[in-house]
Amino acid sequence: MEYLQYEFQGTGQPKLFRSAVLAGVVSSGNLEVLIEAADLNGRCSVEVRTSAQGYSDIWRAVLNDFAVRHDLSNLQISINDGGATPAVVSLRLDQAIEEYAEPRHD
Amino acid sequence: MTDFSNRQRVRSYYEANARYRIAHLLDAESFSEILGPTERFTSPHLEALGLPCAFDDGIVIGRGCLNGLPVLIASQEGGFMGGAVGEVHGAKLTGLLELAVIEKPAAVLLLLESGGVRLHEANAGLIAISEIIRALLVARNAGVPVIGLIGGVFGCFGGMGIVARCCNSLIINEEGRLGLSGPEVIETTMGVEELDASDRALVWRTVGGKHRFLLGEVQRLVEDDIAEFRQAVIETLAKTVQPLDLEALEREHLVLEQRLSNYGSCRDSSEIWRMIGFDDPLRLPLLDVQSFLHAAGSLDLEAS
Amino acid sequence: MKTKDLLDQLFPDGHSIETTADGLLSGYAQTAKGAIAVMGTTGHLALGVEAALSLAQFVLNVVKQSPGCPILMLVDTQGQRLSKRDELLGINGYLAHLVKCLELARIRGHQLLTLVYAEAVSGGFLAFGLMADEIHTLAEAKVRVMNLPAMARITKLPLEKLEELSAASPSFAPGVANFYQLGGLRSIWSPPLAAELLKALDRPPAGDCRREDGLTRQGRTLAGRVAQLVREA
Repeated sequence: MEYLQYEFQGTGQPKLFRSAVLAGVVSSGNLEVLIEAADLNGRCSVEVRTSAQGYSDIWRAVLNDFAVRHDLSNLQISINDGGATPAVVSLRLDQAIEEYAEPRHD
Repeated sequence: MTDFSNRQRVRSYYEANARYRIAHLLDAESFSEILGPTERFTSPHLEALGLPCAFDDGIVIGRGCLNGLPVLIASQEGGFMGGAVGEVHGAKLTGLLELAVIEKPAAVLLLLESGGVRLHEANAGLIAISEIIRALLVARNAGVPVIGLIGGVFGCFGGMGIVARCCNSLIINEEGRLGLSGPEVIETTMGVEELDASDRALVWRTVGGKHRFLLGEVQRLVEDDIAEFRQAVIETLAKTVQPLDLEALEREHLVLEQRLSNYGSCRDSSEIWRMIGFDDPLRLPLLDVQSFLHAAGSLDLEAS
Repeated sequence: MKTKDLLDQLFPDGHSIETTADGLLSGYAQTAKGAIAVMGTTGHLALGVEAALSLAQFVLNVVKQSPGCPILMLVDTQGQRLSKRDELLGINGYLAHLVKCLELARIRGHQLLTLVYAEAVSGGFLAFGLMADEIHTLAEAKVRVMNLPAMARITKLPLEKLEELSAASPSFAPGVANFYQLGGLRSIWSPPLAAELLKALDRPPAGDCRREDGLTRQGRTLAGRVAQLVREA
């Protein structure tokens, strides 16, 4: 297992406090993304536990793209990864942040 | 032209994950999770083996309402380790059943999807399942009905198959499977002649929802629709709860003796179904649930 | 240990326990504290639907005919019977029935004790032995969920890794010591067995203490706390 940690400057206004959101399931080729409010002076912190070793650069690229797509601020993002592709990682991140920002009643 | 205007959206129970099932089974927005992912009670045993963990260790538990009635609910996540029971997962379920004795909800709902003991923490898992069984029976004895729902990809096997049959009542869909030893286990240890686990029709005839319903192993068979499961639970809760006393167990004993006596020499469920009274048993797997229930309704099935 | 030797050692005051050709034993025995009902399995029995029904029948008979009589379960099983026919009949329902009968006995005031004298495996153990108020084993007993090579095959983890980790963790590898450390067993009995039985009979049932034992013995450090947090939620 590899443990990776990233931090980046937040963008946009911090959202009103929301209860945590979890997206995804830790199965083979999948991952779970937990998003929680965090008091980080506007920054965002990401921690990744992944079964696939040696992909830290790819995680950084995926997270950078994610940060560009959304307004993120004062968030703790925690990931348990079962070997998902970058596309699936992006999808779960988007699902989680969309639920966090705008809870749906589907 | 098909008129969709009155059709409700069907939400498949089979395809839903653990959280989705809870969200759509219970009254809207009524679920409040206990020991959720933010608490991070993950498995130290999986970590020691270098395997990914889940923040909820593969089981979601909490409080909610069903048709206005307070319930406690647990939903196993089949996608994580096949829903298998480890130390933390098991303790969450045991704790929930113990909470039921304190809070006396209208029911405990167990959304079961599990291969049984999680081998990666095998000993802890086996003891945990024994603790779950004891806590479940204590909850029942305290007057809290425990209702099991089965209907996901991974079925309900291993020690959880025993837990299931300790519930007051079981509700299953056609896709659901309930047994003790999974078909793959039987094939691996006893050979493909004993059971060909790749023969899906055979597997579902042996351990699938329709057979379990006809056999009396489950009380309700429903369409693969979370709304149907919800309705079946509501109807189940409206009935008087039978206590688990000597009389009830003697009745169950007679039923099980009779089942063994009637069907103990059958080599396939189609023989059993023919004996139950179906003239064309091989058609049964092809019937949709409503037609199947209609056909079954005209027969005198095993009382359970 | 052979069944006959076991019974002689446990019951020097005599017994009328019968063993059957299909791997079951049942009957009553005398102890210094009075009569005790005894039931169990022999010959590493693979527990199937017939055996589960027979054992359940015995429990129901004890409840009806011998109020308050303690029940001793003697365990030697290789696990549940693996057969298509048993699955077809709903073996999980039969094992659950046995479990429920034992719980009824407990509720009715029958003390439940288990002694694993040879093997105790998985579903066979879960269906009766593990239901006791106190679970004891002989030192020579073999308790397990599955052997390591099979576990390695199914989990797709290397056998060497499992063997290495089992030296440090009691949570998955076979063995009485591991189950003891996890709180799954109350104690390991040494001769004279009759004396151990009397001591056990002297201890009133106190609910399911296995999580506390697991914590005290540092084998299961989370189970007790997690369940407690749920109860307090």
